[in-house]
Amino acid sequence: MAEEVKKLKVTIDNITLEVPQGTTILQAARMVGGDVVPPAMCYYTKLEGSGGKCRTCLVEVSKGSEADPRPMPKLVVSCRTGVMDGMEVKNITSPKVKEARNGVVEFLLLNHPLDCPVCDQAGECHLQDLGYEHGKQGTRYEFKRRTFDKHDLGPYIQLHMTRCILCYRCVITADQLTEKRVHGILSRGDHAEIATYIEKSLDNNFIGNVIDVCPVGALTDKTFRFKNRVWFTKPVNAHRECSCCSGKVTLWQRGEEVLRVTARKDQWGEVEEWICNECRFEKKKTTDWVIEGPTHVSRHSVISQGHYENMVKPKETFSAVHDGRKPKLLMDIHSVSEVNDPSIDLSEIQGPATGAVFNHPKQKA
Amino acid sequence: MIKFSEDKMKEVQAMIARYPEGKHKSALIPLLHLAQDEFGGWLSAETMDYVATLLQLESIEVYEVATFYSMFNLKPVGKHVFEVCHTGPCMLNGSDKIIEYIKKKLSISVGETTADDLFTLKTVECLGACGYAPMMQLGIHYREHLTEAKVDAIIEECRNKK
Amino acid sequence: MAKKLLLEKAHVEGIRYYDVYRREGGYAAVEKALKMDTGAVVEEVKKSGLRGRGGAGFPAGMKWSFLAKPEGVPRYLVCNADESEPGTFKDRYLMEVLPHLLIEGLIISSYALGSNITYIYIRGEYAWIVAILEQAISEAKENGFLGKNILGSGFDCEIYVQRGAGAYICGEETALIESLEGKRGNPRIKPPFPAVKGLWDCPTVVNNVETIAAVVPIMNMGGEAYSEIGVGRSTGTKLISACGNINKPGVYEIDMTISVEEFIYSEEYCGGIPNGKKLKACIPGGSSVPILPANLLLKTAKGETRYMNYESLSDGGFATGSMMGSGGFIVLDEDQCIVRNTLTLARFYRHESCGQCSPCREGTGWMEKILNKIEYGKGEMSDIDLLWDIQRKIEGNTICPLGDAAAWPVAAAIRHFRDEFEWHINNRELSQTQNYGLAHYADPIHVPEQVNA
Ligand SMILES: Cc1cc2nc3c(=O)[nH]c(=O)nc-3n(C[C@H](O)[C@H](O)[C@H](O)COP(=O)(O)O)c2cc1C
Ligand code: SF4
Ligand code: SF4
Ligand code: FES
Ligand code: FES
Repeated sequence: MAEEVKKLKVTIDNITLEVPQGTTILQAARMVGGDVVPPAMCYYTKLEGSGGKCRTCLVEVSKGSEADPRPMPKLVVSCRTGVMDGMEVKNITSPKVKEARNGVVEFLLLNHPLDCPVCDQAGECHLQDLGYEHGKQGTRYEFKRRTFDKHDLGPYIQLHMTRCILCYRCVITADQLTEKRVHGILSRGDHAEIATYIEKSLDNNFIGNVIDVCPVGALTDKTFRFKNRVWFTKPVNAHRECSCCSGKVTLWQRGEEVLRVTARKDQWGEVEEWICNECRFEKKKTTDWVIEGPTHVSRHSVISQGHYENMVKPKETFSAVHDGRKPKLLMDIHSVSEVNDPSIDLSEIQGPATGAVFNHPKQKA
Repeated sequence: MIKFSEDKMKEVQAMIARYPEGKHKSALIPLLHLAQDEFGGWLSAETMDYVATLLQLESIEVYEVATFYSMFNLKPVGKHVFEVCHTGPCMLNGSDKIIEYIKKKLSISVGETTADDLFTLKTVECLGACGYAPMMQLGIHYREHLTEAKVDAIIEECRNKK
Repeated sequence: MAKKLLLEKAHVEGIRYYDVYRREGGYAAVEKALKMDTGAVVEEVKKSGLRGRGGAGFPAGMKWSFLAKPEGVPRYLVCNADESEPGTFKDRYLMEVLPHLLIEGLIISSYALGSNITYIYIRGEYAWIVAILEQAISEAKENGFLGKNILGSGFDCEIYVQRGAGAYICGEETALIESLEGKRGNPRIKPPFPAVKGLWDCPTVVNNVETIAAVVPIMNMGGEAYSEIGVGRSTGTKLISACGNINKPGVYEIDMTISVEEFIYSEEYCGGIPNGKKLKACIPGGSSVPILPANLLLKTAKGETRYMNYESLSDGGFATGSMMGSGGFIVLDEDQCIVRNTLTLARFYRHESCGQCSPCREGTGWMEKILNKIEYGKGEMSDIDLLWDIQRKIEGNTICPLGDAAAWPVAAAIRHFRDEFEWHINNRELSQTQNYGLAHYADPIHVPEQVNA
């Protein structure tokens, strides 16, 4: 146990847990895992100051805290809102959140080209996942989609501006990881774009990480050989001695060929350790690497429905605790269980009550 | 190579001195105004790079800011820029007609510059002169209560300034 | 004649200059305040009930008392002179005509808050006003009201004018701070609030020009006396900038007890509507606040007279009321088209969105496109519901209130003028040459009879 860190009690979708002071709602939800985790398109744990922009992670705070139990008047962004002691949060149990999130997803997809069939990111695109979960069939947008002038960002990185959702991650990455930022957000409003203004190439060391942080296919690896659909490639963990980064990467192979090198990502799709440009762009031979074994792709995305042999089901703490049952079912509680807040409209919840299991506060593994 | 004159450099120093030590980035917008006025009414990449060096900023930081604010021209403009407001209150008082009139009179559309590089026509959003509508900004001043006759006079005045 | 606290001396010849301003009793409030304890100055402002004049109407004294005061960290006062809300041009008038009133207010407020460097952030287009303010500042300084150890009080203060460069969003206080730091005007994600982390991460108060100016009469007459002017929580006087279809557009100082009807029709104020036209609608507090049809403007849904104050203008909530907002009073006569008016406002918000958050960046443009379609005779019935749905999905879900400000005008236009939208759609061709006109928008509202209990 960590000593003397003040623990705060927070309840998310009727699941109560204790978290250290300074935890955001999103982080707390990630400790629970499963469906109660709000989707995050702009927040990135390792990038200071990220988040708050995309609005996909909005949640309802139905009780502010023990000290001030008033609900918050508006939905809040879970990625930038700190947990207060006694706070009660509704994510998937809130119809308001559901509606707002559907709206946000629609806004994000409004001008998005939906060129998934030709997009390198297809299969590992967070927007694709999001659209799949929250999107409606068809669009209500009947106008011409936005287009931008093409910009060349040099030999390593390909920009498809029409796909960008302006999450600012790549800008923050360049600020925090590289010596000199040469790209940024130009113009404002719906004309805002990622660009360098005058043609410049992005080649500072570590800049390659912008590819990994980009939630969509706006920034992709120009050195990705043979442009393969990711789900036909096999990810393996590998490492090498590297003088400037950890050298721990994921290789995306087909047969013995290395098609692409990326940083390793955790279950939230976030980079575990940043990698340098040399590891990412220059080392495309299997002999450059010591192979460790297959990568566990744990995001529930299109890739995980793909063609991995011996695929291991992602480790989601919550489902582990509950013998692999999906948390979604556990949400469908009814009547007498203690988790039931009397203010919840029971008529909106279907299915049997299994509330008792919630009485044990989550222990952090 | 563009460069501020010595006098202008004094102004630059005075601008920077308005902020606490190390906060010189705050001088960026005032400096861009100064540069735009000095170097031809618009901000070329060269001008912006120059401003970046003066403030020890990365060029991209300057581009990001310059492209955000609508008063910075990123392309050359005519000698006299007519910035006519067309937001609600001005529209209620006939700004649309004034814009049409200027278009006809100068034979240009919104966003264009006349062939002699004398006039550029822009539409802008509310300039805080709604009670004196229709209006336009010309240089640092406002021209208010516009009528067709007034527009004629303004064009004449500009031509004479040439 | 209503009591004037701010504009009383506006017509005195040469009041723009120090000598005249001083002769007319100017800077007496500074002399008084600097002899008081800073806490006591804040207390007077609290007592006055002064509410922020920038739009949100937050009590100024309360805001001041929230300012964090950590040891050894400078605090800043920033005066918001960005004034870009369509319909609003009162701060401009104040600064052009009475620059010393603002400077005097700033000195007192800086003293109360402990701000040794105070900035006036003025919209870039008000280029000529910068010179007016800078002259006033240098006159004040020559006369010992600025600089080191002002009037022997030990308090140092400098005031600088910072010009923006064309961005409505920089009126939002955190965007303003970003802009003042030399960045893009992207509003910050709150918390932290400026009172804790504002300019250069230091505790900061941002106040509107008129709010700051009002501190001068408050000091002169005392908070108590100020609070007795007006009605309820609408204390003191308010500047209203009136525009649109009225005989006498301009800036008026009102005490908040007059009715809307009097304001529009009396000779003292707007002087009625030109050419004998009838009143159709009005946006009483700047483009962001809900537009009201004539009948709901002059009377509340309960059939009571509506007054020009915070409470009465918002009587009925958004369903049947509006807001005082920034005091930008926009009048539409019977010849005006609500669809077109709404379109220009939607275009404004699309143009001014900073683009950081997706609902506002994407939603504002979408609404503009749909309105454009309806205005130009290509609308369909389903577009109205779509507009309604879009504005609802923007409202409350964005980083800063610009999202709400973009949603409300569209919402209110549809709420109160739905049949005009429908008429546009049903009469695609006719609507290109003709307006819907006054229709029933000025008819007396049917007030349900009181049921006696
Ligand atoms: C989009 C937007 C634009 C704003 N523009 C202005 C403005 O031009 N002037 C102003 O004083 N306040 C403006 N505000 C309000 C400010 O954020 C802030 O509340 C105000 O300056 C506080 O001053 P007050 O308390 O004295 O009113 C704006 C707010 C928003 C959301
Ligand atoms: S390019 Fe990618 S990472 Fe950068 S802002 Fe756009 S979506 Fe985000
Ligand atoms: S609501 Fe609009 S203006 Fe405000 S932060 Fe979001 S995009 Fe920018
Ligand atoms: S992840 Fe929270 S707003 Fe984008
Ligand atoms: S609407 Fe044109 S100046 Fe305000």
